[in-house]
Amino acid sequence: MATLAIDVLPAREQSPGARALRRLMRRKAAMAGLFVVVFFIAIAMLAPWISPQDPLATSWSAIRKAPSAAHWFGTDEIGRDVLARVIWGTRASLLAGMVSVIIALSFGVPIGLLAGYRAGWTDMIISRITDAMLACPFLILAIALAAFLGPSLTNAMIAIGISATPIFIRLTRAQVLTVKTEDYVEAARALGNSHLRIALRHVLPNVVPPLIVQATLALAAAVIAEASLSFLGLGQQPPAPSWGSMLNTAKNYIDNAPWMAIWPGLCIFLLVLSFNLLGDGLRDALDPRR
Amino acid sequence: MANFLLRRLGTIVPTLIFVSMLIYGLQQLLPGDPAVVLAGEEQDPSVIAYLHKKMHLDEPLPVRYLYWLGGVLHGDLGESIRMQKDVTSLIAEKLPVTLELAGIAILIALAIGIPAGIVSAVFKDTVWDYAANAVALWGLSTPNFWLGIMLILLFSVALGWLPASGYVSPAEDLKANLAAMIMPAFVLGNAIAAVLMRHTRSAMLQVLSSDYVRTARAKGLDERVVVLKHALRNALTPIITLGALELGTLLSGAVLTEQVFTIPGFGKLIVDAVFNRDYAVVQGVVLFTATAYISLNLLADIAYYFVNPRLRG
Amino acid sequence: MQRKALLLQSLVATLALAGATAFAQTLRFGLAEDPDVLDPTLARTFVGRIVFSALCDKLVDVDDKLNIVPMLATSWQWSADNKSLTMKLRDGVTFHDGEKFDAAAVKFNIERHKNMQGSNRKGELAPVTSVDVVDEHTVRLNLTAPFSPLLAQLADRAGMMVSPKAAQAEGDKFGAKPVCSGPFRFVERVAQDRIVLERFPNYWNKGAIHLERIVYLPIVDATVRLANLRSGQLDMIERMATSDVPTVKGDSRLRMAKITEIGYQGITINVGKSDLAQKNPLGKDARVREAFELSLDRDGIVQVVTDGEGTPGNQWVAPSNPFYAKNVPIPKRDVNRAKALLKEAGVPNPVVTLVTPTTSDAQKVAQVVQAMAKEAGFDMKIQSTEFATSLDMADKGQFEAYVLAWSGRADPDGNIFSFDACKQPLNYAGYCKPEVDDLLKKSRTESDTNQRKKTYEQIAAIVLKDRPIVYLYHRPWLWAYNTKVSGFKPYPDGLVRPQGLTLK
Repeated sequence: MATLAIDVLPAREQSPGARALRRLMRRKAAMAGLFVVVFFIAIAMLAPWISPQDPLATSWSAIRKAPSAAHWFGTDEIGRDVLARVIWGTRASLLAGMVSVIIALSFGVPIGLLAGYRAGWTDMIISRITDAMLACPFLILAIALAAFLGPSLTNAMIAIGISATPIFIRLTRAQVLTVKTEDYVEAARALGNSHLRIALRHVLPNVVPPLIVQATLALAAAVIAEASLSFLGLGQQPPAPSWGSMLNTAKNYIDNAPWMAIWPGLCIFLLVLSFNLLGDGLRDALDPRR
Repeated sequence: MANFLLRRLGTIVPTLIFVSMLIYGLQQLLPGDPAVVLAGEEQDPSVIAYLHKKMHLDEPLPVRYLYWLGGVLHGDLGESIRMQKDVTSLIAEKLPVTLELAGIAILIALAIGIPAGIVSAVFKDTVWDYAANAVALWGLSTPNFWLGIMLILLFSVALGWLPASGYVSPAEDLKANLAAMIMPAFVLGNAIAAVLMRHTRSAMLQVLSSDYVRTARAKGLDERVVVLKHALRNALTPIITLGALELGTLLSGAVLTEQVFTIPGFGKLIVDAVFNRDYAVVQGVVLFTATAYISLNLLADIAYYFVNPRLRG
Repeated sequence: MQRKALLLQSLVATLALAGATAFAQTLRFGLAEDPDVLDPTLARTFVGRIVFSALCDKLVDVDDKLNIVPMLATSWQWSADNKSLTMKLRDGVTFHDGEKFDAAAVKFNIERHKNMQGSNRKGELAPVTSVDVVDEHTVRLNLTAPFSPLLAQLADRAGMMVSPKAAQAEGDKFGAKPVCSGPFRFVERVAQDRIVLERFPNYWNKGAIHLERIVYLPIVDATVRLANLRSGQLDMIERMATSDVPTVKGDSRLRMAKITEIGYQGITINVGKSDLAQKNPLGKDARVREAFELSLDRDGIVQVVTDGEGTPGNQWVAPSNPFYAKNVPIPKRDVNRAKALLKEAGVPNPVVTLVTPTTSDAQKVAQVVQAMAKEAGFDMKIQSTEFATSLDMADKGQFEAYVLAWSGRADPDGNIFSFDACKQPLNYAGYCKPEVDDLLKKSRTESDTNQRKKTYEQIAAIVLKDRPIVYLYHRPWLWAYNTKVSGFKPYPDGLVRPQGLTLK
């Protein structure tokens, strides 16, 4: 008898994805969050066309001018238009968030899968290293990494990404451990499916929902982390605009040019809030208990 | 039980060793010669040579690591080159400050988070739910250094009610101490409040729909009693253990908050040490934090173990 | 009856007198950084010197015009060959621990500065070979060669005198509990939090001291420092941000003081520190450096970076300094000439990387310079580098141009020798010209001020043409204080001397 690997499909009545999506759409807060995120993404992509001025254009005569018709958000300490810099800065902040999380996912998920699935020594070593990384305060790790790599947006993203990896390792591993003992997985194994096939076809899809939630929340944390690193002078460097580095410069002029800090700070707040709302909504929508 | 404890303890030592190697390795990779940084403006070559010798910088990395490790096992965490003071006493000096800050922050977080979580769960999907959500979310979404600066502007400069920075020991003047701590603790507690709110909410929701509570309701008990006595008590357990786990968030938050408000605590100590390449301080502080974090985790696990019979055996 | 009235009168008078002197209070002073170790031999930071001006007296001091004035030494005389300096010491001076200050103490201190492991004063006192105790109140310093900057060195940490007894007892831990002879003695220090000093009742010039305590509080963020001043937590702050000047001027509860520094802000160019100098468009060709300087508008830089509070400059000393070389005045901006020079040099669009520390000032300077140089054709790339890393790069010569400031020394030699003489520790540019070295050494041995000025003019003629460093401007020292403070006198070295300072 030919030994064919037979697919074992868990019983489903309706695509869980579609169900989750419908649930998500009913939560108004999450939808609002999604809308704002999309709004910012649009701004980032359309920056060259909607920005009123060159974000790098300095003007000695327009230093720290309050918001006016010519400069809706005012100007900064060397005369650049704050609105233009905020618009262009959207790119850096969104990029910082997304790339960091992509890095964290790319390393975290495979390693977590490996640890959870293989168990034994592999798991032990990976778990100890993960614990070690989690035992260091996240920001300290990021600061040390960023200082080592040199202050720049790219290096900040790498630093944040690496610092956020352990969370995804742990999450993936925990999910794998839960799913590993499910009946259908055991059945699939009994039927001769290879480990890799099981991992990809059965384990991974169950890991995805909590990962999506965590990733969305991690986006929020990554945007704040980039702002924090820039605040300490380790992120995106001037003259390139990014909300975090704008805040770093603005803190010196808080009482005579508060608009320099208000607008970028507000944008960080809105973007992060939106990611959080979206993440919350996703969590509720994907909650298997409902 | 003993088995469980032994197994857990067995994982702590290798973890700590990994932590120390991780941070040690990372620091040594940092470009920049600490002797050059510490040699000051004049950059006198004889001073740099002297500092090199003192910090064993001419020797290979594993040797230096072993020097340090040897010291740690004797209770000597090294000496801060910049301040000519040993790391242990620096930690002893700064830790209570950050602990106080964190303590007040947790209290504030509890005061905001738990009620918000309860309200959100009990009045689910109403405007109260959204409002409570908003309050807690605001804490998570605002960059804490920005919030700190805004608060300084409002309460210190504009209104003059609170000091803009600095620290007064509670032994010296309790009122001044609290006045200096309230803003940074609020800034720090914000983020934790959001996390607490969420956990309270989901724990409460879980409990509220459980059979146990349905029975209590069926028995005709007053709704408030149901909520406060039964639901909350059961929901509190995971919430309390969360406190231990949030140490990492607290310390990360403390790093920035202490910079903004100039509080001479742990966070400021370590940031300055990284920028000044004061290796011994960074290593000592991280090792200490890691140990504390892991110990608290262990305690939390033990607490869970006792609470949840399913974990035994 | 009369006696009672007399008694009452004298009682009232005594009380009034007590009240008058009892207005001595605690001055809370905001520093911009936390000082390093409080041991004059080991100390390495500028901010530490602020604390030292209250804690440790020195052999001589400078006045606000940078003239040398007596302090622990009352008079001094150079020998005929200028190779030894005899100083007469002040009588009746004691250290904070009660030990007597005498010639033996001076000898001990100079030797400590020269010989202690890790001493940062070795370079400053290098020409001093030995110290002779002539008698209890006279001491003689013997030098290998004449060295005119010596008195200026003795007006700084190299001339600070600590109690020999305490220094011997504590060894290198002396900095934790310093014992000096200044107007204030050490009480306590909490790292990164505060340094507390209290009045030393037996100070030789106690009449000039009207404060009971000084508490130094390091607050790194200038905004927070000012906020603390405005909310009353501090009485005085140093290094106020130039952008805060209008705020302070507009606040009736605050006062301001300003003076131009003795240091400078400039751009160091790698002309020979490493192999990079060969590839560095600015390093290879002096014409490119000239074009670079001509593309800059120093007034504009001062306006933008220091809100007009700074002073444009093109030399290592400010234009108002007596040693400023008048033969090389500040060049006017000339973009056309710059473009012509670049064309002549064959590099119409040089690409240069400017290493910039992440401090706010350095970043602003870099951005303004980038924009200005662009008009002449320069493509400057700003490489923001964390301070510790930037020092490392400078040390190894891994840079093309580097934004670097210098805090300044009272004697002009302190602003140029270490930077332009061959192989000196601060010569990051890698500049080395034998004739400049000879002139620099000559300026150190000349004792006549007019002769020295002429030598500096000769040095300027060469060095400012070679441009290993392009000097941009001189920063303003800015202090802000509340109306309770009076009697403050600004000094160009940026230090705050407590003599005469009063708190209501």
